[in-house]
Amino acid sequence: MLAFLENPRLRGGIHAEEHKQLTTDKTIIKDFPLPKKLYIPVQQHVGKPAEPIVKVGERVYKGQLLAYSQGTISAPIHAPTSGKIIDVKDFPAPHPSVLPVRTVILESDGQEEWLQKHPAIDPFSLNPEEICTKVGEAGVVGLGGAVFPSAVKLNLGRKNQIHTLLINAGECEPYLTCDDRLMQEHAEEIVTGIRIMLHGMGAPKALVGIEDNKPEAFLAMQNASKAFPHISIEKVPTRYPMGWDRQMLRYLTGLEIPADGRATDIGVVVHNVATARAVYQAICLGQPLISRIVTVSGGAVAHPANLEIPIGTLISEVLAFCGADKAKIQRLVMGGPMMGDALPHAEVPVVKACNGILALSSQEIEEPSTKACIRCSSCVTVCPVGLLPLEMVSRIRVNQLDAAVDLGLKDCINCGSCSYICPSNIPLVHYFKFASGELVKRQQAEHKSEQTNRLINDRNQRMERIRLEAEAEAQKAQEARAARLAQQAAAQAAKESA
Amino acid sequence: MNNKVISGPHLVATRRVNDIMRQVIIALAPSAAFGVFLFGWPALYLLVITICSALAFEACCLRLKGVVATPHLRDGSAIVTGLLVAMTLPPWAPWWIAVTGAAIAIILGKHVYGGLGQNLFNPAMLARVALLISFPIEMTTWINVTPLFTGPGILDSLNLTFSGLDNADGITGATTLGMVKTGFSQNQFLPDSLNHYSGFLAFIGWERGSLGETSTLLLLIGGFGLLRKGIIKWHIPASLLATVFVLSSVFHLVNSARYLSPWVELNSGALMLVAFFIATDYVTSPNTALGELLFGMGCGILIFVIRAWGGYPEGTGFAILLMNAITPLIDHYIRPRIYGRYRDGKPLDISPQ
Ligand code: SF4
Ligand code: SF4
Repeated sequence: MLAFLENPRLRGGIHAEEHKQLTTDKTIIKDFPLPKKLYIPVQQHVGKPAEPIVKVGERVYKGQLLAYSQGTISAPIHAPTSGKIIDVKDFPAPHPSVLPVRTVILESDGQEEWLQKHPAIDPFSLNPEEICTKVGEAGVVGLGGAVFPSAVKLNLGRKNQIHTLLINAGECEPYLTCDDRLMQEHAEEIVTGIRIMLHGMGAPKALVGIEDNKPEAFLAMQNASKAFPHISIEKVPTRYPMGWDRQMLRYLTGLEIPADGRATDIGVVVHNVATARAVYQAICLGQPLISRIVTVSGGAVAHPANLEIPIGTLISEVLAFCGADKAKIQRLVMGGPMMGDALPHAEVPVVKACNGILALSSQEIEEPSTKACIRCSSCVTVCPVGLLPLEMVSRIRVNQLDAAVDLGLKDCINCGSCSYICPSNIPLVHYFKFASGELVKRQQAEHKSEQTNRLINDRNQRMERIRLEAEAEAQKAQEARAARLAQQAAAQAAKESA
Repeated sequence: MNNKVISGPHLVATRRVNDIMRQVIIALAPSAAFGVFLFGWPALYLLVITICSALAFEACCLRLKGVVATPHLRDGSAIVTGLLVAMTLPPWAPWWIAVTGAAIAIILGKHVYGGLGQNLFNPAMLARVALLISFPIEMTTWINVTPLFTGPGILDSLNLTFSGLDNADGITGATTLGMVKTGFSQNQFLPDSLNHYSGFLAFIGWERGSLGETSTLLLLIGGFGLLRKGIIKWHIPASLLATVFVLSSVFHLVNSARYLSPWVELNSGALMLVAFFIATDYVTSPNTALGELLFGMGCGILIFVIRAWGGYPEGTGFAILLMNAITPLIDHYIRPRIYGRYRDGKPLDISPQ
């Protein structure tokens, strides 16, 4: 009955100022000068960190395994170039907290000497399992920013009945154009990658969703996939967060992923478009994931560009190459401006998750002065998930986290649409992240107190047992004494009567 | 470089609270200006007095709360409130009506609840209803149309505003709705009450009424402007007007001697002002599209019921306040469906296709 009020295919979202014109017509720069030192964190994916297997002083080839994956959800790390390992130590990672993580530091020798040349193979002669294994060995992870190990997803798909592979080419974040350029310049490789993925999962068809603000990429992809009718290239409206795979999935297929489920539960696997190309490179070229395409943009950058950058390059070097004016940088962001992380400084490496480096100037960043909520409900209208941001915030403000959870706090994807639109400049997402953090802390505290309670309980039980045992002992002793006394008395009586 | 750790988004839309208020003022301006033209200098004075006293009361309340007033005054919300109050007053109302109205709206309507965004009732409607109950004579003295330069001059008008209206009978009469209500009480049927009614004049606003309510045309223009700019959404005005239209059509068809035609209903009283500018008030209307539709429908029903059978000729003020009181309830029960969940919050079933 209520369905007519909601567009079943598209809900919420915003149309942010795009800023894509800065880089959208610039060819990807492939000859980024090789840095002297590369800083390669062993944790560049969701899941367990990889375990380094190289020793300090060792010489490595380009593409050589530096750290192997551990556990079921993990990905290996490879050398982006040839050179010498000069250290394996903790080094700041590109994260708002810049917490140090274990990092392999490689001094390049400028030789770019590959580990070995792979013989050309026909990817379709491999069986699906081999494809998954090879993708896993190449360290391919989701390149849209979520960095989920791709092989794990392919394997999940292989084991489930998959009817659709959804390729997310939305690239809805303002400023970012790396996927757009990739499709314009490497459509064929992407399509091959998609075909390999389909083969690897035994899935019948693929949908590629491209926002309609990228007509050239759309055309290129359409041309490249002409011969493959089971790959269809679809236009989706330009509306952030179209790159949220669940939004795109609903738009293109009308399917909705259950709140506590995965895409595979409804027969779909979603991969980012750049991941498809990485799969191509892994299978057809035998090349592990050692570089990625990054959009460098923002008002403080003199030459905004899309660059192919070796993993491990310091962001400061990338910025220097693009002519960023340090004095003008008001905020440095890794990723897009909507969901990206603000970095405190640029001495951190480019990692697999890094699809954008934005040096935003003060003209682009407004230091918000927050006003009272006027209950305009814009935040409700734009929320793609269907939450009530203003209500959640009013609960969080008075520390009623449970009430906020009841309103759907845990379903929030932190897409930032609500903060973006709020005319009172209330940092809604900030509140949500804070509240989620508090919930985690509280859970941990609860866990701890539970454990303490258990220990106390155990101890009490033990004491009780000891007490009971002692009592039983005493009882026994007493009984024995009574018996003895009775015996003596009986003996006495017998003596007396005798 | 900035050393604070900040969470995204790192871009924000450019529309701010004061932009919204400015747009609302712009949208109200034609109708208010027309009111000044229609009723002369006293109307202008009334407008100025209401807005200035609204600002003054806002400043006082903010100071009492211990905040610096200026940035808040600049958000424009007090001006909008003052303007709306003035637009609902009889155009030649004396100064103290204006000041009292502003005081009720700002102090009782807004700051008693905690200020911007906290109030339960629409401040302007609260002021109007409170004034109507407290000062029924002053609040129902309607001036004949006396276009600027045909009525009292600049100085005479000052005198009129500040020392009151005497000898009013010669230049006042009832509004259309008032006429009809009085007609009923004297067992007159509609056609007699509506002898001089001209639908066209009512549509452009050439008739007796409150300062800024008479012109359906100009209010529609302003309202559509707000719709186009995305300041308001269509749900409330559409469902409110549609409800009034449908109800009055049905009753008019059944008994045209007793019930006004939908055309008269839509053109009369504060209906247009309320539909586009008051019922759509962010703070006091529901948060969701469905909630807004219900809210508009509720307003429409109440307006029609009060007008048709109630004791007052005009029902908008009471209808809005009643629906404002129900808004929290609507918001409690009507929530958007969360992605991946049923309406009751349970996750969707997992059923592989
Ligand atoms: S967008 Fe901002 S001002 Fe509007 S309701 Fe949401 S939190 Fe309040
Ligand atoms: S950040 Fe969360 S609450 Fe805000 S719009 Fe996105 S999903 Fe909705």
